[in-house]
Amino acid sequence: MRELMYREALREALDEEMARDPSVFIIGEGIAERGGSYKVTEGLLAKYGPGRVRDTPIAEAGMIGVGVGAAIAGARPVVEILYVDFAMLGMDMIVNQAAKFRLMTGGEGRVPFIMRTQGGAGGGVAAQHSQSLEALFYHIPGLRVVMPSTPADAKGLLKYALRQDDPVMFLEHKHLYMNKGMVPEGEHIVEFGKGDIKRAGSDVTVVAWSNMIPRTLEAAEELAAEGISVEVIDPRTLVPLDRAMILNSVAKTRRCVIVQEANRRGGVASDISSIIMEEAFWHLDAPVEIVAGLDVPIPFNLALEQASVPQKPGIKAAIRRALHLGPAAMAAE
Amino acid sequence: MGDAKPVANAPSREILEKIFRTAYKIRVFETEGIKLYRQGLIRGYFHPYLGQEGIATGVCAALKEGDYIASTHRGHGHCIAWGADVKKMVAELLQKETGYCKGYGGSMHIADIKTGNLGANGIVGAGIPLGVGAALANQVRGSDAVTVTFTSDGASNNGTFMESLNLAAIWDLKFILVVENNQYAVSTKIEESTRETDLYKRGLAIGVESHQVDGNDPLAVYRMTQEAVETCRKGKGPVLIEAVTFRHMGHHVNDPGKYMPEDKLAHYKSRDPVDRARAALKDMTSIADAEITAIEAEIAAEFSAAVAFSIASPEVSAESFAAFAADY
Repeated sequence: MRELMYREALREALDEEMARDPSVFIIGEGIAERGGSYKVTEGLLAKYGPGRVRDTPIAEAGMIGVGVGAAIAGARPVVEILYVDFAMLGMDMIVNQAAKFRLMTGGEGRVPFIMRTQGGAGGGVAAQHSQSLEALFYHIPGLRVVMPSTPADAKGLLKYALRQDDPVMFLEHKHLYMNKGMVPEGEHIVEFGKGDIKRAGSDVTVVAWSNMIPRTLEAAEELAAEGISVEVIDPRTLVPLDRAMILNSVAKTRRCVIVQEANRRGGVASDISSIIMEEAFWHLDAPVEIVAGLDVPIPFNLALEQASVPQKPGIKAAIRRALHLGPAAMAAE
Repeated sequence: MGDAKPVANAPSREILEKIFRTAYKIRVFETEGIKLYRQGLIRGYFHPYLGQEGIATGVCAALKEGDYIASTHRGHGHCIAWGADVKKMVAELLQKETGYCKGYGGSMHIADIKTGNLGANGIVGAGIPLGVGAALANQVRGSDAVTVTFTSDGASNNGTFMESLNLAAIWDLKFILVVENNQYAVSTKIEESTRETDLYKRGLAIGVESHQVDGNDPLAVYRMTQEAVETCRKGKGPVLIEAVTFRHMGHHVNDPGKYMPEDKLAHYKSRDPVDRARAALKDMTSIADAEITAIEAEIAAEFSAAVAFSIASPEVSAESFAAFAADY
C-alpha cells in the first residue's frame, strides 16, 4: 500500500492491464503525447507505443463506435471521452450497439468495451462540461455503470472492467483526480456489484457515490461531533447495484438519505429510493430523503453553480430530517 | 465439363460458379422468404436484397476466411454471400432457438462472430464504425485480416460515415467501405438527399482511394474488390467502393415502392445481377444448361429443407431469457 492520487491509480490500472493483456489499447483525444487532459494516460505512449495508445480526431460517435467494433472483434479497447457531456455524440453506439449486441446475438457476441470519461460540477466550466449523466446509462439494460470515489476503488474497478466482457461506462469525477488515498500495489481487483461501507455508523444510512462520497464523509464527521452516527455506503457500481448492502444497512439504521450530484428528476437516487420502499419499507422509521442537484442546467456563476448541486449543509440537514431532530436543529444550519 | 472457353482474364470456373450460386441463393432466399412473410410465418421487418445481389456476391467472393464483414438492415444477402448456414438464417427469421441469434435478433440482427460476421444492423450507418473498429482490433493484434462494411447511400449522409472512414484513413486500416448506392434512402431519392450523387467522391475528399462500379455486375464488383483487398493487405487501405444499383421493390416487404419510376426499374431489371452471373458462367465456361438447372434445383431444395428444419425447431426457452434478464 502506498498513497496515490486518483489519476495515478487509474494510470496504474491501465499500465498493469496493458502489460498483462496485449488486446488492451487506448484511444482518445490528446491521450497519447499529451497524456490526457487529466494526465491519466501519461507515460503509456512511451511504454506501449503508438499502436496501443492513439490520439483521435474530435469525433466522439466515430471513436466510441470504433471502440465498440473493436470489442466485438475481440479486443479490449478503452475509449477516453474528455467529458461525459461529449459522450452524448456517441449515444447511438452506446445505447443501440454496445448495450444491445449481446442479447441481439443470443448471447454469442460480447462487447468488452470501456468508455472512460469524467463528469461533475465545480470547475466553473458551465452547462456543457459539468453534468452528471449516470442516470442515462443506468436506464439502459446491457451497460455496466461504474463510479469510483477513491483511488483504491478507481484502480480495482478499472482492472476488473478490463477482465469482464460487458460494456462499461467508467465515470470518473473531475474533482477527484487529485485526491489521494492508500492503494494496494499489483493485483487489486474490485468486482462489480460489491459496495463499500466508507464509514460505519448506526443512526442513519447515507448512500452516495463519486464526488458525493468525500462531501458526505465530511458531513458525517461533523455530525459525529454532535453524537450522530452516520453509516456511509458507496455502491461503487450503480449497475450492478449492491442492493443487499444498502438494504442490510437500512434494516440496521432504519433511516436512509441518498445523495446524488445529478439533478433529481429521473435520477438513480429515485430508483434506489423505490427499491428501499419495496424491499425495506417495514424497517423504515422515517421517509427516505433524497439530496440531489436542481433540475436546471449548471450555471457558470460560482454561487449559482454551488446552489445547483448538493453541498455539505444540505446533506447535513437531510440527515437531521431523517433523524427527526426537529426544526430548531434545522434552523441552526 | 469445367473446361473454360477462351475469354481474356476470365475468372476460374470455380469462382464463376460460386458467384452464380451465391447470387441465385440470395434470390431464392428473398423470393421464398417474402412468401413465408406473407403466410405470416415471419414477423417484424424484412428488407429484401432483391436487385442488389451482385454486390454482396462479388465482394465476398474476393475475401477469405479470417476476414470480417459488417452489414446493414438489408443484410440477408451479405450473410449468404459470407457463407452463412441458410438453415440457421431461416430459423432466426422464424424466431426459433436454432437461429443464429436464438430468436433474439431477427432479420435486422443476424450475426456470427465466430466467422467474422459482425452482424446486420437496425441503425443506418452504424456498421461503419463497427467495421472500422474490427479493422483497428486486427491492426493492433498484427493480423492481415481485411474488414468490409456494407453500407448505403442512405448512410452516406450520416455523421458516422465520414467520422469512421476518416479514422480508418488516418490509421491506414485494412478496411473496405462498400457503399451500395440503390438511390433511395427508404423512399427519398438520392437527388433530394445530396447535391453530389457520385458518392465515391466523399472518400476522395479525405484522401481515401475510392472507386465507382456497376453494382449489378457481380464480376466487376468481384474484380474491383480483389484490387481493394490487395491494396489493404499491403497496408495501403482503406478503400471505398461505390456500387451503383437499384432495388427491385420498396424499402421493405410492405412498401409497394410506388415512388420508384417504372422506366428506371425496368432499366435495372434488364441488367439483373443474377441473370448476369448466370450468363457469365455460361459464356466463360463450358457448363451445360442441365448443370445450371441442377444447381438451381439444389439451391431451391436447400431452402425448402431450411424451412422444414425451422418449423420443426423448438421455440425459445423462457429459462434462457430469464438468465439474460437476471444479468442485465
